[in-house]
Amino acid sequence: MRRVRIGAGAGFQGDRIDPAVDLATRGALDFLVFECLAERTIALAQQNRRKDPSAGFDPLLERRMRAVLPTCAQNGTRIVTNMGAANPLAAACLVQRIARELGLSVKIAAVTGDDVLDRIGPHLLEETAAPASALGQNLISANAYIGCRAIVSALDAGADVVICGRASDPALFLGPLVHSFGWHMDDWTRLGRGTLVGHLLECAAQITGGYFADPGVKCVPDLAHVGFPLAEVAPDGNAVITKLPGTGGLVSRSTCTEQLLYEIHDPERYFQPDVIADFSRVTLEEIGPDRVAVSGASGKPATGAIKVSVGYHDGWLGEGQISYAGANCVARGRLALDLIHARLADCGTGILEDRGDLIGIDATCRRASLPLPALADIRVRYAARCRDEATARRIGEEIEALYLCGPAGGGGVFKTVREIVGVASAFISAEHVTVTHEILEDQHEAA
Amino acid sequence: MKLHRIAHARAGDKGDISNISVIAYHPKDWPLIKERLSEARVASHFGVADAECVKRYVLPQLHALNFVVRGALAGGVTRSLALDTHGKCLASVLLEMEL
Repeated sequence: MRRVRIGAGAGFQGDRIDPAVDLATRGALDFLVFECLAERTIALAQQNRRKDPSAGFDPLLERRMRAVLPTCAQNGTRIVTNMGAANPLAAACLVQRIARELGLSVKIAAVTGDDVLDRIGPHLLEETAAPASALGQNLISANAYIGCRAIVSALDAGADVVICGRASDPALFLGPLVHSFGWHMDDWTRLGRGTLVGHLLECAAQITGGYFADPGVKCVPDLAHVGFPLAEVAPDGNAVITKLPGTGGLVSRSTCTEQLLYEIHDPERYFQPDVIADFSRVTLEEIGPDRVAVSGASGKPATGAIKVSVGYHDGWLGEGQISYAGANCVARGRLALDLIHARLADCGTGILEDRGDLIGIDATCRRASLPLPALADIRVRYAARCRDEATARRIGEEIEALYLCGPAGGGGVFKTVREIVGVASAFISAEHVTVTHEILEDQHEAA
Repeated sequence: MKLHRIAHARAGDKGDISNISVIAYHPKDWPLIKERLSEARVASHFGVADAECVKRYVLPQLHALNFVVRGALAGGVTRSLALDTHGKCLASVLLEMEL
């Protein structure tokens, strides 16, 4: 049986599109996967859907599909994505409209069943140990990280494009592999290996030289034109990670090791809805330029509990920034923060939590005891989580007022207000999650 | 000598938990990295009061350590007031460690 070629077309919602087009054109891919959902994205999408029942999917869906669909249809490359977000069915309809407009005959499937908002009430949140129902009116969404079964059934039914909502990221890749090789859903070793392939590819350029370059130490050639990765997967689930010739970036033992451990806790137990993957004995071998052989993953039976991402309204964020430069800039920055605190004291309990930073000194890690660097300028940043929008607006107003009523020489004010959507986690029994796929009728052929 | 000279690192986030991998550039430096980067040392570097919050996993065949730091992200990416809500910068902060 030949190897399956599967590529990553996006690693997050706002990812670059050109490298995906290049993969679709030159990659000779069987599958191209777009992973575009982060923890909070689905809750924001649910909010959009509430305002407009035909909305709630990825805002870049149309651009991405217009960019790759003609080439994928021509090359027989099938697409799997979670760009359906809070509304996979509406997303599938949009893709069908695009396909029709482009004169393409493609079978499109929507995967549904991850939305468990109607059932989440009694389940306890990890963060608070209180039931989700305690969030009351603030509860926005509850989406289960579903596994690959419905993706497999959609592909088995001949879908060319499979659009999911909140599937686990590796499952977007595992689904096509289970479909292609006919792996059994209790073949824990192969499911573990397929999960590893998905884990390595799901962040796209993070394994081909993105999130990696450190000039003079870790050099990445032509990062400006970084290529997205693809895997050549063998029937036993072991794989070679590579990228297209002529693209920028690199695939090395180092890039693969960093991505192997990215967002992993215990490498022996990477919890997924379909399997507990074990990456602890994985080996990586450079077998050619930009080619790394990955082997040795395994797996254990899934727990039967599925993680649920619970979105909730969590107040309003107010934030402002202002810069100070030259001699004594740090002291003027500290004075600015003192003034903001004093002037916002009348907000009382309207401010739930706040934080002042001196960017250049302590904004990214305030606890490490590093020596104070010599600074040409510093940027004061103050942010607060507020009970209501009006209080959040006060934050930026007080920072802007530092122009005239603050320390000497403050410039470049920025201010912003936004609603905070928090995300908590719960676990739900797999029996309570009914996942299914729906194939859209091909109206193009019918017409 | 700073850790940055002999190792590279990558930070990731899940909820309020940061994980930071530390990987030796050369196999010869692996024993030193493994010896010096204890859970207690990393906790102290980040100013984490409770060393129990830091858990270390060892992957000898990859010359890599994986540190899992609980409560490191001011509530997690969705509600943190920090500038770097993901804690992406924490890997570079760890590489500042003097060995």
